[in-house]
Amino acid sequence: MTLLLMSSLLSMKMQTCKARVLVLMLSVIFWAASYSCAAWASAQPNNPYPEDEDKQVILYESFSERPKHMDPAVAYSSNEYAFIAQIYEPPFQYHYLKRPYQVVPLTATRMPEVIYLNQKGDKLEQGANDNDIAFTDYMIEIQHGIRYQPHPALATNTQGDYEYHQLSTAQIKAATSLNDFNITGSRELTAEDYVYQIKRLAHPKIQSPIAEIMKNYIVGFDNFSRQVKDKPKTAIRNLPIAGVTALSRYQYRIRIKGKYPQFIYWLAMPFFSPMPWEADVFYDQAGLADKNITLDWFPIGTGPYLMAENNPNRRMILLKNPLFHLETYPTEGEPEDKQKGLLTDAGKQLPFIDKVVFMLEKETIPYWTKFLQGYYDASGIASDSFDQAIQFTGSGGVALTPTLLEKGIQLQTSVTTSSFYMGFNMLDATVGGATEQARKLRQAIAIAVDYEEFISIFMNGRGVAAQGVLPPGIYGFAESKEGINPYIYDWLDGKAQRKKIDAARQLMAEAGYAGGIDPKTKEALILYFDTTATSVDDRPRMNWYRKQFEKLGIKLVIRATDYNRFQEKMRTGNAQLFVWGWNADYPDPENFFFLLYGANSKVQYGGENAANYHNPEFDRLFEQMRNMDNSEQRYRIIQQLQEIARHDAPWIFGFHPKNFALFHSWYKNLKPNLMANNQLKYTRIDTAARAEKRQQWNEPVFWPLVLGGVVFVLMLIPAVNAYRRRVKETKR
Amino acid sequence: MTQYIIRRLLYSLPLLMGVNILTFVLFFVVNSPGDMARMQLGQKHVTEQSIANWKQQHGYDVPLLWNSDAQGEKKITDTIFYQKSVGLFLFRFGVSDSGRNIGADIKERAWPSLAVALPTLIVGLLVNICFALLMVLFRNSYLEHAGIVLCVILMSISSLFYIIGGQFFIGKILRLVPISGYDDGMAAIKFLILPVLIGVFSGIGSGARWYRTLFLEEVEKDYVRTARAKGLSETQTLFQHVLPNAMIPILTGVVVVLPLLFMGSLIMESFFSIPGLGSYTIDAINSQDFAIVRAMVFLGSVLYVIGLLLTDISYTLVDPRVRLS
Repeated sequence: MTLLLMSSLLSMKMQTCKARVLVLMLSVIFWAASYSCAAWASAQPNNPYPEDEDKQVILYESFSERPKHMDPAVAYSSNEYAFIAQIYEPPFQYHYLKRPYQVVPLTATRMPEVIYLNQKGDKLEQGANDNDIAFTDYMIEIQHGIRYQPHPALATNTQGDYEYHQLSTAQIKAATSLNDFNITGSRELTAEDYVYQIKRLAHPKIQSPIAEIMKNYIVGFDNFSRQVKDKPKTAIRNLPIAGVTALSRYQYRIRIKGKYPQFIYWLAMPFFSPMPWEADVFYDQAGLADKNITLDWFPIGTGPYLMAENNPNRRMILLKNPLFHLETYPTEGEPEDKQKGLLTDAGKQLPFIDKVVFMLEKETIPYWTKFLQGYYDASGIASDSFDQAIQFTGSGGVALTPTLLEKGIQLQTSVTTSSFYMGFNMLDATVGGATEQARKLRQAIAIAVDYEEFISIFMNGRGVAAQGVLPPGIYGFAESKEGINPYIYDWLDGKAQRKKIDAARQLMAEAGYAGGIDPKTKEALILYFDTTATSVDDRPRMNWYRKQFEKLGIKLVIRATDYNRFQEKMRTGNAQLFVWGWNADYPDPENFFFLLYGANSKVQYGGENAANYHNPEFDRLFEQMRNMDNSEQRYRIIQQLQEIARHDAPWIFGFHPKNFALFHSWYKNLKPNLMANNQLKYTRIDTAARAEKRQQWNEPVFWPLVLGGVVFVLMLIPAVNAYRRRVKETKR
Repeated sequence: MTQYIIRRLLYSLPLLMGVNILTFVLFFVVNSPGDMARMQLGQKHVTEQSIANWKQQHGYDVPLLWNSDAQGEKKITDTIFYQKSVGLFLFRFGVSDSGRNIGADIKERAWPSLAVALPTLIVGLLVNICFALLMVLFRNSYLEHAGIVLCVILMSISSLFYIIGGQFFIGKILRLVPISGYDDGMAAIKFLILPVLIGVFSGIGSGARWYRTLFLEEVEKDYVRTARAKGLSETQTLFQHVLPNAMIPILTGVVVVLPLLFMGSLIMESFFSIPGLGSYTIDAINSQDFAIVRAMVFLGSVLYVIGLLLTDISYTLVDPRVRLS
């Protein structure tokens, strides 16, 4: 185009001819531009989706990191659960609306019958002494008539033989994706499928992240694991596992060692979803893995959705499972749920959405822009866009900015069931140990490190300063004055106030470090902070930490290193101070206090107790508390555990992050549920409102393009004149 | 020439082996197989047993370079280096540490990379040549000076700015194209307009200045003077004589990058969510997936060797005086 334009302009000979050609060209450009504008304006040229999807009931979401696993025995990350929790169905789930979190049946007909047994295998009464309980049986009965999604692994021919269980080389060669196997089939879900999945958890070749934990609980798990170590995955079907038995087509039993009430939470996680044996037989055929056709990428479940497209490099698509069993929207919730419109769909059949499209979006700028354009239905708030989305009110609360309010966007906030803390290595000679001197030093530092300030500066206020081990929402978390950490905070004017720095200095003096001077060296006490924060962006945070320690006269040395070296230091006990976090597996205090349990010490036992804290009294109380059902007595023990942890201060209790999520006005049935991962089935979209808003927000603007074109052509005129002058001069 | 090509291909074998060893050593100086296992297994409930299982499953439970416990040739073959490297020379990239087949991923991701890189290269070449020719046409005038200043300004701006600025102005303010994304077949066009436009625009500064230098060198030569003396116009001289002669360095410069177009652009693909090989490599580095890093480095080396070979061959095609021996 440019070449043509240039040569045509340069070949003009007469002034009048030049003017005519110019007018002609400008007219062509103008009409071409007008035509394009008219054609494009009727649609939304910036719409990243096909136009015919506009009126369909499709939810658009994004993902920034490709999930590594779709096999429910292996997947353990939130970005993996976002998909598989919609596809697989464990026997139990969390109630969507009720709080505190409550486990309810999903594919099970009712909550499991829990039977306690003594060492001889005799049944014990409910409420039996914990010491007498040698085993616990979970008797689970599943619903009749639940069917698997249509899948090639279950396809059979007229003789009843499996269509694709013995693929020929040609068939494998021709296949590029699971969709190339045209025939699909289904069958009823049976108790045996749940048993089979537990066997899969035990198989070393599957590499389930919870295999090592389950060895401690499920009877026969460890033996089975050893037995099948060298066998193929498909061999486990006919091998029995002592503790897990299908009692009938619809009932199975899991026998665990001792008493472990938290086991019910595991049964609500995708790890314990059913798996048809046919899946392993189909996917294990040689050659399919070379084409990425594996169970790890193409799930097979009974849930409300099935995976129609798995392209983690670009897009993942879930479609409504046509064989999904009857499940209805909850009819009960918290008292205010009805007022909030959360029970409008009560009793209606789930799911409401036909298709869910997850688009890969790695950068926050395009992600945020697409959300504002209405092309994503929900969004988180990155720090880059925080100021555009949120403003602080006079009372310290948060609200949406007028621009977002104008668009009808809804803000949903919730404190996560996570804890971030700065840990002291209790094996360290300076900050560790149970001596009074070390304890006072730790407490002084805990006062000085002002996490309220940290939350304000580095998290845009998206967090709550921690008062103890437990985050809000976990049983045993105490509110108000009862729940504060008295060693760090005072209760003043109805709220927790961090103690003055003088109190910390006093503690330093009592610890033998008056003014922050180390009596051994007569110089400022030097402490070492090990971290993985190596980038330039992390520098302000590290400087902030230094300043917090400087308040006490302590010199903090930052030892930034890569993740692997950091992990190594933690494993070998060579770190002194570190920052760590924990996200709840399930809503039980045991899942947090075990982080300080002596038998979980990282250095000694390779456990999750990164501070290597060991207090016999704490351990005794923890062992007592962990097997108890929630009760007044359990609550009291939890408060005792909190008190010991606050007093000994192996951690500086940091913060519990606050989730801020934005949703468009057409997004319905919104309620944060930090435990359930299968919320998609409850979500409803008002597609008509979405189409209208998208049209309104995305009208293309063409005039700058037309103007640019005209300016470009006008700029060529002096160039042409100059050229013609030069040609004339050359000729002379 | 056939002999020359065969010889060059044989020369590349030790080169590729060297690259492979270097990648291997550099990677394992920083990471041990245990580190890789921890990275893949996540942070929760990772035990020594699960790490041992992972290493055994992924073939990282043997020594790195030398197996002193083995007998005979197994001292070499029963090592991570041997088992992970030999397949590369047959283009069997194996399975990534996260379990996906690398070859299948590369096949799938090479096309989106090419879909962005090829139009960017062709359109960019045309635009740069036109701009450079215009500057030469108006040499020693205020137009040329303005062109050079514009080129320097364009060169001075970070490519990241072009990307973010382009997304903001064309995608967000004008709402003319999707701000990011990708689709199959012809539906991909609307997603490619913006990255190609930005790719071309960000390359004008350096490209046009480089071509201008080549053209200026040519216009001073005797044959150009002769052409002018014969009465050809300046346009005819430039397009019919200067341009074909200046194409030799341009063409060879282009041919060398042709195979590498498959490798994609790291930043562009990330910002526009284009599922190409550029973002594949970056993701692999971030997740310490040695299998992918090794495969991509090897593939990059192979393509570079091919590019250099093609350049040599292209010399003989565009300049009959050059003979390969």
